[in-house]
Amino acid sequence: MKTSDTLVALAVQFTALSLVAFGGANAVIPEMHRQAVDVNHWMTNQDFAALFAIAQAAPGPNFLVTTLIGWKAAGLAGALVATAAMCGPSCLLTFWVARAWDRYRETAWRSAIGAGLAPVTVGFVCSSAFVLVRAADTGWKLAIVTAASAGVAYFTKLNPLWCLLAAGILGVLGLLA
Amino acid sequence: MTDRPTAGAPTPTAWALFVTFFTIALSGFGGTLPFARRTLVERKAWLTPEDFTETLSLCQTLPGPNIVNMSIVVGARACGWRGSVAASVGLVGAPVIIVIVLGMLYSRFGALGMVRHALLGLGASASGLIVATAARMAEPLLRGRPWLAAPFILVAFAAVAILRLPLPYVLVVLGPLSIAAAWFWKRNRA
Repeated sequence: MKTSDTLVALAVQFTALSLVAFGGANAVIPEMHRQAVDVNHWMTNQDFAALFAIAQAAPGPNFLVTTLIGWKAAGLAGALVATAAMCGPSCLLTFWVARAWDRYRETAWRSAIGAGLAPVTVGFVCSSAFVLVRAADTGWKLAIVTAASAGVAYFTKLNPLWCLLAAGILGVLGLLA
Repeated sequence: MTDRPTAGAPTPTAWALFVTFFTIALSGFGGTLPFARRTLVERKAWLTPEDFTETLSLCQTLPGPNIVNMSIVVGARACGWRGSVAASVGLVGAPVIIVIVLGMLYSRFGALGMVRHALLGLGASASGLIVATAARMAEPLLRGRPWLAAPFILVAFAAVAILRLPLPYVLVVLGPLSIAAAWFWKRNRA
């Protein structure tokens, strides 16, 4: 694939994802994975897991995996195109809707939209978890790390960064391979 | 929306918006939302707690990253499109640069044994964090209206995770059905 073709593919794909990313970037991880690994072969499953981990460990909003997918697919230009495509359309929509917001605040249809989208979004985030666990857990030790992190994040208020840090240290020590 | 009174604090300038969201982005390790709340409501008093909750629910109803949407809304209220641009660029700019640098380091050193092993651990942990996020999001729905929510959660999961169908198509089909179900459910209770 030529670089310009890749850039167009990134722009089209992330523009579409931007407008369906109800519940944020975590809900559209499965589609990013499908496009980047299965359809376009920009990266391996392991790359995807690693890039997602880097994005999680970095400061800032959690859509940054988008930037890294673009970067892996087409370098710096890819990173910028993917980021702009992921944020741009939803930002314009938000800007436009925010002005009309007060008028519709208490209407029944607005709360029905929120209540109706919620379970579908949860199904998507569950899919994200499924896709990421399958990409990341290539051995039983890694599966234990996943389960432990999930448990800590679900049952405690500890900053999730501590889980990432501990898992990274275990990895560096060679205990997980 | 610009004429709407905020929490009694002076209306922020575009520069103040840029700096504030820049700070929120870089402080927000492991999720920016709690820090955004502390900054916007408690430290700056640009929003009342009610404003914040309501704005967040608007941002969650709309597609796109919630915190980016929030920067757009807060910026627009303060000073129109200039405010939106200042706040969102402040929020997104630095993290994007940082993550690109990390990506470069990954392609350069990702094959080294130590880095590879660290990333194996990080990846396993990061996926566990999303499992917890999914569980936390599912819990209130399954508690509140299980027979209404569970079928849509399961079908969405099966379509996207198991059948690997394109997510936008799944949303276009399931979204309206689920919204209609929620609509009738609410009407019957009223």
